[in-house]
Amino acid sequence: MYKVLIVSNVLKGSAPTDSEVILGILNNSETVLERLYVAYFPMVLQLIINNSGSEDDAKDIYQEAIIVLYNKVKSGDFELSSKLKTFIYSVCRRLWLKRLNQMSRYGGDIHDFQDHLPVEDEVEKHHDRDLQLNQMESALKQLGEPCRTIIEDFYMHDRSMQEICARFGYTNADNAKTQKYKCLQRLKKLFFQHK
Amino acid sequence: MNDRDLQDEIERYLNGEMSAQERAAFDILRNQDSELDRKVNEHRQFIGLLKQFSERRDLEQRLNAIHADIDVHALKEELTERPSWVVQLWRNHHSKISVAASIAIFAMLTTLFFTGYFNDHSSNLTQLRMQIKQQEQRTAQLDHKTNALINDIKKGKKVMEPAKFGGTGFIISPNGYLVTNYHVINGADSVYVQNAAGEAYHAKVVYTEPQYDVALLKIDDTTFRNFTALPYSIKKAESDLGEDVFTIGYPRNDAVYGKGYLSSSTGFHDDTTAYQVSIPVNPGNSGGPLLDARGNVIGIISGKQSLMEGAAFAIKSQYLLKAIKNMPPDSISKKINLTNKNTLASLNRTQQIKRIKNYVYQVKVY
Repeated sequence: MYKVLIVSNVLKGSAPTDSEVILGILNNSETVLERLYVAYFPMVLQLIINNSGSEDDAKDIYQEAIIVLYNKVKSGDFELSSKLKTFIYSVCRRLWLKRLNQMSRYGGDIHDFQDHLPVEDEVEKHHDRDLQLNQMESALKQLGEPCRTIIEDFYMHDRSMQEICARFGYTNADNAKTQKYKCLQRLKKLFFQHK
Repeated sequence: MNDRDLQDEIERYLNGEMSAQERAAFDILRNQDSELDRKVNEHRQFIGLLKQFSERRDLEQRLNAIHADIDVHALKEELTERPSWVVQLWRNHHSKISVAASIAIFAMLTTLFFTGYFNDHSSNLTQLRMQIKQQEQRTAQLDHKTNALINDIKKGKKVMEPAKFGGTGFIISPNGYLVTNYHVINGADSVYVQNAAGEAYHAKVVYTEPQYDVALLKIDDTTFRNFTALPYSIKKAESDLGEDVFTIGYPRNDAVYGKGYLSSSTGFHDDTTAYQVSIPVNPGNSGGPLLDARGNVIGIISGKQSLMEGAAFAIKSQYLLKAIKNMPPDSISKKINLTNKNTLASLNRTQQIKRIKNYVYQVKVY
């Protein structure tokens, strides 16, 4: 009884509706993201800290789950077959179980606070993607300057070649292009080395 | 075209910066040159991954910014489940409690030692010994009695109720051949079989195969009339684990149905001629047919493990067939006609039992 009351108290009012969230994510709405985050964080915090985790674990797990949801909505295959809250809870639960297993701290059953669904596939998909992105991150780190900034400016922030020329003081656009080409080749090499 | 220019072209193509004409030309080139096509795809994927990484990093930064506004500490206070005061007491003071408990135990042991408690053990020991002696005597008495009984039985004294042993058997040939366990009829003076309707016939043992614990009986009573056909056949192949099985037997004077599943492909002490079956069986079930869900005979119930719940054993039907084959032809007067047709497969269980019951006999051994 006590537990149930607390959860409903914390979640009261502010939670956006599920369709609001989906539309908000599709439109990159900052306010919806914030309301979503604030609404369901207590639920996840409760799950993690009462299953031998810390508040930092809760933050990590929750953000991962939000990313899973985000990607799922963006890729267009999110159907509102269940409540968003249940989905988030289930993903967090699965992620946390996985992490507990890795730390071999898993002592049998998890102490649950909500209904949950099987989301193994989602979490696996997310995990594969995460691996690739982590690889990209370390490849970029190893790339060094000025290559990293050139790559980030051109490919990630969509800056034009002229801007890049001006920024790095290339007098010749052809030189800049060659430099960009070499940088990308190196990044590719670094990235595929890890595989 | 050098590699750099090629990449520039690919980028222009992917970003949609080409004119329709250029684009069409490039498409043709791509169709012809699989290497180029591969490069285009690879480039697209790699740039896509870069974009994804950028988006992910953005999102993480946004989430971190939102997170920074949440008062996690207060929430944590609110959401932590408070364990009961005993647990809290233990968590906060367990070292002190442990020390106190150790001292208490030590003090108790010391006291016991000095009061001479530990010297009393010899008397307990002798008492135990005496009990063992008594048990031994009782066992010896029992042995004695049992031996006397066995002697009586061997001499043929009719000291017991008419039927000395009872088991189950089932018809395998319409002209009156039955199968039961060797251990059911072992040492029998005479054998009677009684069907579900209560009609009893005299039967003789025509063949035994002690190694498989199989015995073949033949009803040789003038009042017995041959069956027309049997509803079940004997399965030649081995059955699978987990298969639903059932049996009908005579642990008492009425037929009793039992249902279970095949739990192992070997029997007692890894005996490969038998199955382990999880099925309720009792003394008297020996020799009964073990049937699968379609009504094929897959074995003969032969025994169970006394100290293990739900572990019964059944001789595999292949060994029954082997025993029938091994039988010297001159030992029987009429040929055994095994049924190949099973007419039970489509019936439900109650109907199956109704049909089978008429072919399962109580075996009474005198």
